[in-house]
Amino acid sequence: MHHDASPWSEIMKWNGWGYSDSKFLFNKKGQAEFTGKRYRLSGMVLPSLQDWFENTFGASVNHKSPPALNASAVPPASLNEAFVEDLKATGIPFSHEAEDRVFRAHGHCLHEIFALREGKKFERVPDMVVWPNCHSDVVKIVELACKHNVCLIPYGGGTSVTSALECPPEETRCIVSLDTSQMNRILWIDEKNLVAHVEAGIIGQDLERLLNESGYCTGHEPDSMEFSSLGGWVATRASGMKKNVYGNIEDLVIHIKVVTPRGVIEKSCQGPRMSTGPDIHHFILGSEGTLGVVTEVTMKIRPIPEYQKYGSVVFPNFEAGVACLREVAKQRCAPASIRLMDNEQFQFGHALKPQVSSIFTNFVEGLKKFYITKFKGFDPHQLVVATLLFEGDRERVLQHEKQVYDIAATFGGLAAGEDNGQRGYILTFVIAYLRDLGMDYYVVAESFETSVPWDRVLDLCRNVKERINRECKERGVQFQPLTSCRVTQTYDAGACVYFYFAFNYRGLADPVHTYERVEHAAREEILANGGSLSHHHGVGKLRKEWMKESISSLGVGMLQSVKDYVDPDNIFGNRNLL
Amino acid sequence: HPHQATQMSNYCLNILVFVTLQQRDPMLKRDGFEDILEERRNSSDLKYALRCYAPVLYKGVTPCKANMLKNIVLQSDQLRYVINQVSQESGEAPDIIQEEASVILEEMAHRLQISTVRFFAFALSKAFKTLFQHVCVNEEGIQRLQQAIQEHPVVLLPSHRSYMDFLLMSYILYTYDLALPVIAAGMDFMGMKFVGEMLRMSGAFFIRRSFGGDKLYWAVFSEYVKTMLRNGFAPIEFFLEGTRSRTCKSLTPKLGLLNIVIEPFFKGEVFDVNLVPISISYERILEESLYARELLGVPKPKESTSGLLKARRILSEDYGSIHVYFGQPVSVRSLAQGKVNRSTYNLFPRHIPRKPMEETQSFVNDTAYRIVRLQEDNMVLKPWVLMASLLLQNLEGMELSVLTEQTVWLRGLALSYAAFLDWPDHAPTAKVVSSSLALHRGLACVSGGRVSLVVGEPLGPVTPEEALFNRAVSVLSCASYRNQVLHVFLRPAMLAVAMLHLSDEVYNCFSFLWDMFSNDFILCPGDTVQDFEEACYLLVKTGAVQMPQQDIVMTDIGQPTLSFFNGLLEPFLQGYQVVCRYLCEEASEGLTEKQYIPAVRSFAVKLILAGNLRCYEVLSSDMQKNALAALLRMDAVRKVKNRMISHINQTQISPSLSLVAVAEDLCRDGLTPSYIR
Repeated sequence: MHHDASPWSEIMKWNGWGYSDSKFLFNKKGQAEFTGKRYRLSGMVLPSLQDWFENTFGASVNHKSPPALNASAVPPASLNEAFVEDLKATGIPFSHEAEDRVFRAHGHCLHEIFALREGKKFERVPDMVVWPNCHSDVVKIVELACKHNVCLIPYGGGTSVTSALECPPEETRCIVSLDTSQMNRILWIDEKNLVAHVEAGIIGQDLERLLNESGYCTGHEPDSMEFSSLGGWVATRASGMKKNVYGNIEDLVIHIKVVTPRGVIEKSCQGPRMSTGPDIHHFILGSEGTLGVVTEVTMKIRPIPEYQKYGSVVFPNFEAGVACLREVAKQRCAPASIRLMDNEQFQFGHALKPQVSSIFTNFVEGLKKFYITKFKGFDPHQLVVATLLFEGDRERVLQHEKQVYDIAATFGGLAAGEDNGQRGYILTFVIAYLRDLGMDYYVVAESFETSVPWDRVLDLCRNVKERINRECKERGVQFQPLTSCRVTQTYDAGACVYFYFAFNYRGLADPVHTYERVEHAAREEILANGGSLSHHHGVGKLRKEWMKESISSLGVGMLQSVKDYVDPDNIFGNRNLL
Repeated sequence: HPHQATQMSNYCLNILVFVTLQQRDPMLKRDGFEDILEERRNSSDLKYALRCYAPVLYKGVTPCKANMLKNIVLQSDQLRYVINQVSQESGEAPDIIQEEASVILEEMAHRLQISTVRFFAFALSKAFKTLFQHVCVNEEGIQRLQQAIQEHPVVLLPSHRSYMDFLLMSYILYTYDLALPVIAAGMDFMGMKFVGEMLRMSGAFFIRRSFGGDKLYWAVFSEYVKTMLRNGFAPIEFFLEGTRSRTCKSLTPKLGLLNIVIEPFFKGEVFDVNLVPISISYERILEESLYARELLGVPKPKESTSGLLKARRILSEDYGSIHVYFGQPVSVRSLAQGKVNRSTYNLFPRHIPRKPMEETQSFVNDTAYRIVRLQEDNMVLKPWVLMASLLLQNLEGMELSVLTEQTVWLRGLALSYAAFLDWPDHAPTAKVVSSSLALHRGLACVSGGRVSLVVGEPLGPVTPEEALFNRAVSVLSCASYRNQVLHVFLRPAMLAVAMLHLSDEVYNCFSFLWDMFSNDFILCPGDTVQDFEEACYLLVKTGAVQMPQQDIVMTDIGQPTLSFFNGLLEPFLQGYQVVCRYLCEEASEGLTEKQYIPAVRSFAVKLILAGNLRCYEVLSSDMQKNALAALLRMDAVRKVKNRMISHINQTQISPSLSLVAVAEDLCRDGLTPSYIR
């Protein structure tokens, strides 16, 4: 019966982030290197990483905490035989192999990955996995699910960090993971209106690659785009790095097709804007798999930009950097991407510099450092860096670049080159791999995000970091934690702030629990400081407890009434959000 | 089974009380003291004043020049908003309002200068060595403070008994190389030109006593304080009690400044704010008889430089020791946990001034009371305080041997109630008593083996009224020492009074007294039940009462304790009663607040002269004001356009009824919740 239609599970790690061939490790000489061939850092030696790692966390490359190799014991599948029989008749592939089920039982929260590494048993995993090939397959599956009362959990790229993919332990019905990975085609491209109609299971990088072949792009580049799916973006209200030019997912979608237990939700036309009551797309966007399965999406496309240029600016301190980003937002001249990394992240980025072979490059680097720290008087323990990405036609990019650098200069910013900028963005893609390295050496790490009005950005960042440090201390973490943040998106009225948080857990009985309590406290601090519950990760089950506080109980009631109408039997029973 | 339930709740009650007492009671871990004058007596004051002074500031910030600070304040969003608002309301140009703000700031701002601090370090060393035997500081408290200053903005909250307080504070911080505070001082100092400027240069900033409706003034003031706090330029120091306590009882805290320093935490502008309660105890207060005269209506001398110089006379006397106890820093963040929802500040721009929300107001009020109680807890009490309490209950005098014996007994009682008593080690009791009497020879004297209060010798013939006032001065001076121990005994004493007068409605009577006296004593709002439980716990602990089932009964050995407690509160009960009688019998409709004090005073004088009243303390304007405030609060009296209208009618209070009888009436009317029975 086994039929794993997904090639993913072979090239992807089962107990860590990303591709099996790509990972950080400390080689025999004690130097860090990044394996594989997929990334710019792949195959390179990173000489300063070890020092940074040991100094920052008080960890040692001699203290290893490698994953336990035994695959976790999987609870036996409890199948709904009648459903299985009817499903067989449709010819849609499915499986109830343990590996397939465990692979889809989790996202990438720390506790999920930690459990996988430690070989801990998941309390509940899907009982089977189905792989619909198209919209009508999904319609059939949902009909059968309603008929036999089985629970459906849509699964896209599996990159959730909100416990959204976790099966509710209290669910007694058969749980079926609906894997959308086979619905990965671009169905048509409409060059007159610049839209493409795409199946929702497509993975971000494939979508971009395929569109590129026709000379287009969506420009939607969330940090997870290598692995996350279009349907997942819609279901979580995803945000892309280049939203300043292309918009967030809610700005990009023109039409959404969703299969729900009540039937299929569609609109009658593709008008660019409508005044037809509240936009029903907004019930779907961010519904986190609680209402149905997104099967097809019509989204905007753009011609591939003629010219791309990275850039970076160094500021004497975080305050100056935030003030500059605020001014850039005010003048509405933000480049495709503009991000401000704090000093901790700046140092972290430096630790990821590959070995430089030429003496000359070393010399130039030294000169630069001298210029910034000694000549300009920047304190290396205070300075921060903003990374920039410009896109468009060449002339306008250069013009734009000048405008932004001029603003930066008024806040004491110094242009710091393309290379630094690009490295900042590489960091984004490899950081999740670094968490796996950390876990090999008693370091746990996680990220979380929020959005906050401009005037509260600095206070929020400072207070959240301080809260984390305090909570760690109070909870017996014996080493100074790493707390770092960056401003990753700018808006007219505020910004998105992204936190990294990691600590060395040697000496702790239950590091995951400790981590969760600290993250909980950090979220309370965020809310108390005027930050939102989430900017783009979503709520899942991880942040459900704050929904009432966030959107009022009346608001929760409104969402609940939609859920009750669309899915009265709770077929989409992942219990996210509400 | 209501009976069982009561027993159960009594049992829980005892555990709960025990736990709360342990939390509040610092007895188990009070720090020891170091005498900082000792080193001054052995090394050069000049060297000391000129030594290197390099304190560590909050997160290592560099200190901010006074001018830069003013600029930050004037350019703040907060102030600019109010300037525009005032400009729109008044029609004046913003520039003019801005200029006004600048003038206010100029008048207010400190100009801390290290040279002035050094001058004070030198001069005060000399003065302290002449005036005092010891200036004792708990060094562990200093270490905690040093730590706190580096981690969070710090607010120093000393008790206020003397003009000395803030110079003394800065002197100590300088001595320990800690960041010098900026101190909120009343504008009245500015009357003394030179001294005012000296104080300004040692870190004082000046605020007008009243500026109720002045939006601009408030904005400048609050932004000035918040700017210093947010940036951690210096610890902020102010007196929660608002003014010097003339009676040595802690005063009801004022909330204005506390609101200002706490708000930056609620708005997320700082991670936390640490409040440091500081208890400054004087063995003899410099202003001792001055205060008594002031309370009796001899107007307070206007603060003038020459007046201060006249105080030189003071320099020839021995004022014993000072104890300064730096309490555990209190984290506003931890206090507010679960009490204030900070996200309610999310929907309003933070730079627009706004009245604090109810939740916040009651939090700040509560915090203020807690801090004052922490100050009280760490006030060092001298043996004389116990002796004064006994002497005031025996105004006709006591045998020295009896006084000694009872002082020893009272010491035991005080210690078991966790009083912070500074009783000399290894000294025979007789020696302790005699040296206390020697230090306070201006207040009490021994003749023929009897101890009695000293009444100031008048020059020439005196009227009966003058003689009465002279006696009142010594009684009030003595009372200012007794008052220092009241916070230790207050709760059990109220219970003792309640038991004596209303043995079958003990809780209701206690609750009535609690309510009535809450202007005179520090009773945290809402703590009636907790205080009652504490009182029960303490009286049971010392064997004075038993609590068989739900009753409270005196034990065989309880008599001395209970009657001492009754005597302790007697002056207050009598004082309030006299005020009530005055309002019933004499006060005309339309009495103004201004007329009230002299009128009630002369009413009391008449009673005393006629031999119908033996209580002198009712002559104290402090007690009169507190009694009136209590009656207003309890709606027995109403204020209409500054005029008092008495609602105490003859059925509620008649001259023959004691106040406690009023309590009884009130209880019957069911105005207070029934607790027992």
